[in-house]
Amino acid sequence: MLKYILQRLLQGLLVMLALYTIVFFLVGWMPGDPFSSNEKNISPEVRENMKKAWGLDKPLWQQYLIYPKNLITEGSLGVSTEKNRPVWDIILQSFPASLILGISALFIAVGIGVPIGILSATKKNTAIDYGGMAIAMIGICIPSFIIGPVLQLTLAAKIPALKIAGWGHPLDIILPSITLGLGTAAYLARLTRGSMLEILNQDYIRTAKAKGLKTFTVVIKHALRGGLLPSVAFIGPAFAALISGSFIVETIFQVPGMGQHFVNAAIKRDPFVLRGVVLFYGLLIVFMNLAADLIAAALNPRIRLEKT
Amino acid sequence: MRFVPALILTITALFLVSCSQDSPVNRATKQKVLLMGNTAEPRGLDPHIVSGVLENNIIRGLFEGLVIEHPSKDGIALPGVAESWGPTDPKNPVEWIFNLRKDAKWSDGVPLTADDFLFSFKRILTPELGSEYSFMLYYIIGAEDFHKGKTKDFSTVKVSAPDSHTLKVNLRSPIPFLPEITKHYTWFPVPKHIIEKHGKPEDRFNPWTKPQNIQSNGAFTLKSWKLNDHIEIQRNPLYWDTENVALNGIRFLPISNSFTEDRMFYNEQLHITYTIAPDLIEYSRKNFKDMTRNEFYFGTYFIRCNVKKGPLQDVRIREALSITINQQDIIDYVTMGNQSPAAGIVPPFAGYNSPGNIKFDPEKGGELLDEAGYPEGNGFPKINFLTTDRESSKRLAEALQAMWKKYLGIEISIQQMEWTSYLNTMMSKDYDLAAGGWIGDYMDPLTFLDMWIKDGGNNRTNWSNEKFEELLGEAERTAGQKERYQILGRAEKLFLDERPILPIYWYTRNYLIHNHVKGWDPLILDNHPYKFLDLVAD
Repeated sequence: MLKYILQRLLQGLLVMLALYTIVFFLVGWMPGDPFSSNEKNISPEVRENMKKAWGLDKPLWQQYLIYPKNLITEGSLGVSTEKNRPVWDIILQSFPASLILGISALFIAVGIGVPIGILSATKKNTAIDYGGMAIAMIGICIPSFIIGPVLQLTLAAKIPALKIAGWGHPLDIILPSITLGLGTAAYLARLTRGSMLEILNQDYIRTAKAKGLKTFTVVIKHALRGGLLPSVAFIGPAFAALISGSFIVETIFQVPGMGQHFVNAAIKRDPFVLRGVVLFYGLLIVFMNLAADLIAAALNPRIRLEKT
Repeated sequence: MRFVPALILTITALFLVSCSQDSPVNRATKQKVLLMGNTAEPRGLDPHIVSGVLENNIIRGLFEGLVIEHPSKDGIALPGVAESWGPTDPKNPVEWIFNLRKDAKWSDGVPLTADDFLFSFKRILTPELGSEYSFMLYYIIGAEDFHKGKTKDFSTVKVSAPDSHTLKVNLRSPIPFLPEITKHYTWFPVPKHIIEKHGKPEDRFNPWTKPQNIQSNGAFTLKSWKLNDHIEIQRNPLYWDTENVALNGIRFLPISNSFTEDRMFYNEQLHITYTIAPDLIEYSRKNFKDMTRNEFYFGTYFIRCNVKKGPLQDVRIREALSITINQQDIIDYVTMGNQSPAAGIVPPFAGYNSPGNIKFDPEKGGELLDEAGYPEGNGFPKINFLTTDRESSKRLAEALQAMWKKYLGIEISIQQMEWTSYLNTMMSKDYDLAAGGWIGDYMDPLTFLDMWIKDGGNNRTNWSNEKFEELLGEAERTAGQKERYQILGRAEKLFLDERPILPIYWYTRNYLIHNHVKGWDPLILDNHPYKFLDLVAD
């Protein structure tokens, strides 16, 4: 077990290195630099001084080596060229909001998606199944930039305790997490239904039913364990995606999360924030995948970690 | 099925909670805290580092310059840190004296003296700091050379403090409107004792503006700053005029989505919005009539022509393109913001009227194209129109494409680019026509004209003209405001005759303002002095 984890962590390190290299050069090759994203032109002298201040006057290969060196020796991810503050500061200030939003969105996704999936599978080809899957289909098809404003106009505008947008009151979490979680819920519903159908056709389920167990017991005690495996595998990376923030949900609901830094840093050519948030996100995915695999192993004894 | 009762209970609870609650606007009005949409997270609060409008909105609350804006009249200066000011010789305003008030203090109680101003000017002009807006001080003798590193000796920059409460500024040419320029935040004092305490003055990353460090001299001080959430400023009890400040604070919200911002306003979460989404202007006018504002703003939207490329080298073609733009139709159906058709480049303001008379004239446009050798557009090569990737830019580009096809019979291809790529393509002059705009920095025609000098960083059209630059030089040497404006008018006329740009409209600012806000009058530069505002519930 320990060996497996170590092995996976080593792989993760390689993934991070590859990620860093790709991001570094992609950012380096983008047209324009961080100091040319302003309508008003900066004089060449000022531009040179700014480049010097950020160490961007050095050749690209030197910058490529300096960045990991600073990360290891000083723990520094650099300073944002756009916001003039350390990248760590940006991540630490924006990650908590994303984490809270992501966790509540995940609760909504699992709370809605998994029951719908199970229900649809057990009532296969009935109105409940079609209804559930239709809702799931709609959930997948309607993008959050529609769901968000619709929720604002229908719920927030009618219920005074719910604000249109903003972050600070516990109730402010409700609408953005529904918006963010609904797509994942829909996907989970379809995934759960598919795998549950497969399991429900297995011999041991038929045996359980033949022994006279109630459908409820059969589903919960016997089928669910195997039926949830694909969903668990999916939840790991999905959770990483949810907590790393969403540009659209954050801008619609004015959530001070991490998602907008991806987009804004790319537009403004802010190399330090871009690298910082991408690496942070990469790290999250590596860990979430590992966690998902470990949970799957605990759920399914057929998965032998040592042998993989 | 215990879920359903629980849900009903929750919703009822939400209603009950909400019934007992005031709207955020009502609560804030009672607390006298202004809730203001401010479009995005600022790049910083250091007046020497930032360069944008939204930073300006916050910095004006925190810091105070030598003079301040009048709350309702453009171009009038009221006392700020300076009690009185004026040129030593009004006929030739090259030397200015500012008498600073004795009771000016930083928010930690440290007296604010002329030395703080000298320190500030030196800091912003120090090349290593890399300030983007330092050219605003180039009017001072020696400032440009010092900033460009030609000398390291700050005594060559002609600002001095004869005593601790007098500031003397010597300009390289007579500038009767100097007080207007000092309203810009680049001229604001910054706290020497705080900056030096937290690092080197010329270090861009000096953490002196962090909430726990910053001290300011304006009507407000920084209360809290949460990234992408809000910045709140609160009353500064040590401000010299604090008894006349009605507000207890202002909360700036970085709402980048204008639809969200407008909906927040409709739902009583904001006193003032930064803008109105074009698609919601009509709705706002209908449903929030007395709170929807449409005001003239000191900016021009235009199209740059690359005058050294293809058919656009011919001035007749540039003019033909220009007068076949139906400006009013663009305003009515594309931008929908009630802007004014631009007859020239400088928007009209007190004392200055643009000499331009660019008007929609499709017939003459056709004739000009004919003269240039392309009757009805025959043989006219396809040219490209560079614009940004915004939906509104696309709509405008398509409208122009249709107009030029209809009135001139020519084809243009639209090239949309993401913001930074668009700017870079324009700067490398790899375009035929490019959309663009300009917002004036201070109340003078020069802020729209001096960018068109040869190789000026914001010119980007390849156009230059010696006579034009002579006229600007002549205006620089002229002290009388009226004569100066006449000369600048001649320069603008010459510029428009050559038509390196095709003016489309003069900006307006569309925004929503709650009727609790008192003392907010239209100002062309939109720099409302917060100390005169009040919040009163009806």
